Amino acid sequence: MQLEGIGQIILYAVVLLVLAYPLGQYMAWVYTREKDDVIERGFFRMLGRDSGAEQNWKKYATTVLLFSLIFFGLLYAVLRLQGHLFLNPDGMPGVSWPIALNTAVSFVTNTNWQYYGGESTMSYLSQMSGLAVQNFVSAAVGMAVLAAVVRGISRRSSGTLGNFWRDLYRSLIYIMLPLSAIVAVILIWQGVPETFSGHATALTLQGAHQSIARGPVASQISIKQLGTNGGGFYNSNSAVPFENPTGLSNFVEMLAILLIPAAQVFMFGRMVRARRHAWMIYIAMFTMLAIGVAVSATAEQHGSAVLRQSGVSIAASATQSGGNMSDKEVRFGIADTALWATATTDTSNGSVNGGLDAFTPAGGAVPIVDMFTGEAIFGGVGTGLIGMFFYILIAVFVAGLMVGRTPEWLGKKIQAREMKLAALGALFVPTMILVLTAVAIATRAGQASIFNDGVHGFSETLYAYDSQANNNGSAFAGYGATPFSAALGAVDMLFGRFVPMLAGLALAGSLAAKRTVPESAGTFRTDGATFVVLLIGVIVLTAGLMILPALSLGPIAEGLMHL
Amino acid sequence: MIRTIVRSVLVIVVSTAVFGFAYPAVMVGFAQAAFSSQANGSLLYRHGQVVGSSLAAQNFTGTQYFHERPSATTPVYNAASTTFANYGPTSPELAQEVHQQVEAILKLEGPYNPGLTVGDIPVDAVTTSGSGIDPDISVAYADLQSRRVAAVRHLPLATVDRMISQYTTGRSLGVLGEPGVNVLELNLALDNLGDK
Repeated sequence: MQLEGIGQIILYAVVLLVLAYPLGQYMAWVYTREKDDVIERGFFRMLGRDSGAEQNWKKYATTVLLFSLIFFGLLYAVLRLQGHLFLNPDGMPGVSWPIALNTAVSFVTNTNWQYYGGESTMSYLSQMSGLAVQNFVSAAVGMAVLAAVVRGISRRSSGTLGNFWRDLYRSLIYIMLPLSAIVAVILIWQGVPETFSGHATALTLQGAHQSIARGPVASQISIKQLGTNGGGFYNSNSAVPFENPTGLSNFVEMLAILLIPAAQVFMFGRMVRARRHAWMIYIAMFTMLAIGVAVSATAEQHGSAVLRQSGVSIAASATQSGGNMSDKEVRFGIADTALWATATTDTSNGSVNGGLDAFTPAGGAVPIVDMFTGEAIFGGVGTGLIGMFFYILIAVFVAGLMVGRTPEWLGKKIQAREMKLAALGALFVPTMILVLTAVAIATRAGQASIFNDGVHGFSETLYAYDSQANNNGSAFAGYGATPFSAALGAVDMLFGRFVPMLAGLALAGSLAAKRTVPESAGTFRTDGATFVVLLIGVIVLTAGLMILPALSLGPIAEGLMHL
Repeated sequence: MIRTIVRSVLVIVVSTAVFGFAYPAVMVGFAQAAFSSQANGSLLYRHGQVVGSSLAAQNFTGTQYFHERPSATTPVYNAASTTFANYGPTSPELAQEVHQQVEAILKLEGPYNPGLTVGDIPVDAVTTSGSGIDPDISVAYADLQSRRVAAVRHLPLATVDRMISQYTTGRSLGVLGEPGVNVLELNLALDNLGDK
């Protein structure tokens, strides 16, 4: 890779840290502020008496579930009925039931898996009232739950975690809306369309007609990146110049992908008053991210077997970026596409700026493993850090076993109930992925979705259920929509979203009720390098060992076949 | 339970109004006022007629034009239905398509570039783009096509080379992204030379 490519990756890491740290401090202030603002008071008056009261973990969890369920129902209805509704200048018909089911679940769970082509399926009403709103709300639900979990960890002998409606309101108004507007303005300036006019028609230089899809794109793209949503306005997502026209727009969108998850680590550090511990978590996450980028960028620059054997020039030079340019865009080249692929799968974002199906075996294995860790490497807004908490508890527990003491974390004793919840949170999703992948690969109905033959077809299947379970939404996009794959995917997304979320809330409820114990000489220190190494080790041993057999059937086999 | 349901519906109605309608409406208003060209799709005009967008490739087959990268959309360069090709890295179909593309380029450019071999063809010329409407080609691919375009248009090669650098988009802020040549803008400028 050219020096410029490596330079861009380093610049990205630096700018991310410079933005995420202060944002994290701000977010801690947002979620701990005692007083409600004026609009907030009006909001609670509208919701009725006691709507702003403290909730215990069960009440909080019930509210999250009911709210998501009702939103799912409405979204499903809009998608089915869009042909009869307004704001439909291009005359899109209603969406079929499997696709509507999958899509509604997909947006409510913050996944944004796309079994549809945005510009050719969705009316403006669906894009705006359904999908764009969910981009905000499903992300804010994740952020609210994290705020509650962190509050639970920081409290002592308390029965409550906070109030869902307040956390939701503050996530939306204080964090998502302002950031989203800022990013949208930059994107519009760079060339992302923002209009209510329908398609434009051009008479090309050779005299043909070309229809150009437009719409309120920028306002949706900014929130899709910030909220780790990832569902594009266009089918090819952020590879399309209208979503991502320049190197600068690409840089800003990549920052938006990791910004909030990275900031939440610092928010956590401030809220529980354990800043050094938060730094260690950040370092562990960043180390794993950096390894992913290094593997992916090197593999993509080396190029695919087919391209190397074809004899064309794939060496990087001053006049081309070279490498595996299949399904990649010239203005991004290798470095920016590999960095994006890693960032988007470390978080639960899932937007892409190049086709992942065409990635080399090693380049494509990185996203699979990234997602399989349960998005604990930064992860989705909110849900990611909760995933990391499960691994931290396991790490602390392992350390406790080594020295023969009851493990402690942040002054709380970790006992059987907490460990059961942490194990559930860490292991449920990976297990489900393997089971559903097996179901999809062993049945004819499942095989019907496969696009590429042979081992790559297995990789497509594994990727699909890995991505949906972790609410990511990126794809080896050849994997096609059938009623079977759409319905199985919907199940995958629902359980992948709500099981870890409930485990997290239950864990927080349990920790909030505990008193703190003073630190002693035997307490395992979670603010040093030992902890970082142990934490990475736990993630590699838990998620890594579970994915390895499946990985060897897919990308590893493919890589070995064409050395 | 009932109260939570009522509250959920209220929150959904309000957030749909704010995030579904007010937010995009305000952004559209701002965009149309401040950046109207970009906000409407960066359209390019000739004699008042829309001829395309500087952000979308279009189909060039004529020998007087620079050609785009291959596209996987149906029909090709469909700016209303973008897609990846989705061929895996070891796919036989990919190998076949790359081979056909190599043959086509050697046949088209060979007569103008004596001694042209497959090793002179940059990889972006034989691979589909991510969007199917990548507006750019690498500088290397533009250089490969310049002799043909100059010969067919009876222009000095230096003029064509100068126009290539003129329509090469560099890295944003000098560091971000990769350089590329905007094919439609370049072809439009070449056509406009003749108009004068």
